[in-house]
Amino acid sequence: MTRRLPTNFVIGGVLVALVVGTAALSLVWTPHNSTQMAISNKFAAPSSTYWLGTDQLGRDVVSQLMAGARNSMSVALIAVLMGGSIGVALGLMASAIGGWVEDGVMRLADLGFAFPALLFAIMLAAVFGPSLGNAVLAIAFINIPVFARVTRGAANQIWTLDYVSAARAAGMNRFAISRDHILPNIGAVIIVQATIEFAVAILAEAALSYLGLGAQPPAASWGRLLSEAQTLMYLAPQLAIYPGLCIVVAVLGFGLLGDGLRDMSEPRLRRER
Amino acid sequence: MSAPLIEVRSVSRHYRLPRVSLLRAPAVLTAVESTSFTIRAGETLGIVGESGSGKSTLARMVMAFEKPDSGQVLFQGQDLHALSATELRKLRQKFQMVFQDPFGSLDPRRKIGWSIAEPLRAIGVDANTARRTAEALEQVGLHPRDAEKYPHEFSGGQRQRIAIARAIVTRPALLVADEAVSALDVSVQAQILNLLMDLQDQLGLGILFISHDLAVVAAICDHILVMQHGKPLESGPAAQVLHRPAHLYTQTLLKAAGVSP
Repeated sequence: MTRRLPTNFVIGGVLVALVVGTAALSLVWTPHNSTQMAISNKFAAPSSTYWLGTDQLGRDVVSQLMAGARNSMSVALIAVLMGGSIGVALGLMASAIGGWVEDGVMRLADLGFAFPALLFAIMLAAVFGPSLGNAVLAIAFINIPVFARVTRGAANQIWTLDYVSAARAAGMNRFAISRDHILPNIGAVIIVQATIEFAVAILAEAALSYLGLGAQPPAASWGRLLSEAQTLMYLAPQLAIYPGLCIVVAVLGFGLLGDGLRDMSEPRLRRER
Repeated sequence: MSAPLIEVRSVSRHYRLPRVSLLRAPAVLTAVESTSFTIRAGETLGIVGESGSGKSTLARMVMAFEKPDSGQVLFQGQDLHALSATELRKLRQKFQMVFQDPFGSLDPRRKIGWSIAEPLRAIGVDANTARRTAEALEQVGLHPRDAEKYPHEFSGGQRQRIAIARAIVTRPALLVADEAVSALDVSVQAQILNLLMDLQDQLGLGILFISHDLAVVAAICDHILVMQHGKPLESGPAAQVLHRPAHLYTQTLLKAAGVSP
């Protein structure tokens, strides 16, 4: 029997493949150097040389968008990996130890939720100066409580199962049980969450770069392209539309892929929809 | 007479229920009240009672998953609940448990050979794990090749055999079986009960057998303890409890199980 894949998984997968593929391609090839200016060529119309034209400094738009994709993907990847690892470790620890440790971790997570990412990024920028590294730290920070909470909830369910009691009866300690039984059995939940958080991270990076707190010139970033194009809205609206579309495609892609993965891992939810 | 393997001395366990009113103190549920029993090597004690009679709580205290509010659980003379976490983990190889749900007691993501060897890894046995796993599988009537399979490839009865293999791989002195055959078909129940009795003969196991079904307990136990609402009602040699029940509740259980006194 062949099982039909959820539509959101298929659409999300195609969009994500497009964005990730573009970002990967930009590592080895872009049509032009994304930072090379040619003032004489500014606001060039789309042509076989410049597929989507050039910007106010004569830089190739396609090359900039491709470099921006690479930038967004790497920021999101590092931030989600960092925040995810810390969050998952905290969630596993909270669930394994319980009691006041669990309460403490969860109250810290509440504190993290209450703290807007942008505010935290602005604080980092004020103290250490605006940079892509600080943007990554800020986005990683907002991911920690999300992963901690999801992991702890899923892990608490596994801790009640008989095979975990059997491992305890065998004399396994909490750390070994978390490593051998809990983590492998909540892997699907964490992967789904990571995919959704990837979308959030792309959006956050774009927002921070738009505000000048992320990627610094001349590094290309969708958010920065958007902010540069803002002043030229009447002259060259396409310069704002292209990076905006890229952000929409990437966020929608990862969001749909995450939803699709969740539907596949929890068939019960899919039927209820 | 041999020294007791496990001696449960007047244990009690209460749970505080969630507060329902600001003005009233939260209610307290008595799960187990002043219950005592002893099991010697090669003996089987059956604990019977309806759901909520405190049988499983008692099993959890014997397995040191839960601490009694009062009373002691002595295993080979050592108070389990007075040991340090490390001492307790070391001692665990000597008392093992078989759970009710054969589908929930094996990690679905691990091959069964891995699951059976887990108690060996816990006590730091690295050599001979494969041989001992194969031995345990043979002892429960499965093939050593089965070690490479996943739990979903087995039936409920086979899974319960695997759970028993895991429980005996460290050659324990005591086996706690909490409703170990309740989820199985009657024919499979008989096979598992026979397996437990065979293993008891071979290994000299003491068995704490918990069930709501007096017919099952009658088939396997030397002594019986009847519980209701967390309190011990009557206890004694199986023949005495089965044929001359002192308590009305025991008579009801006997009737329900179709065992004539």
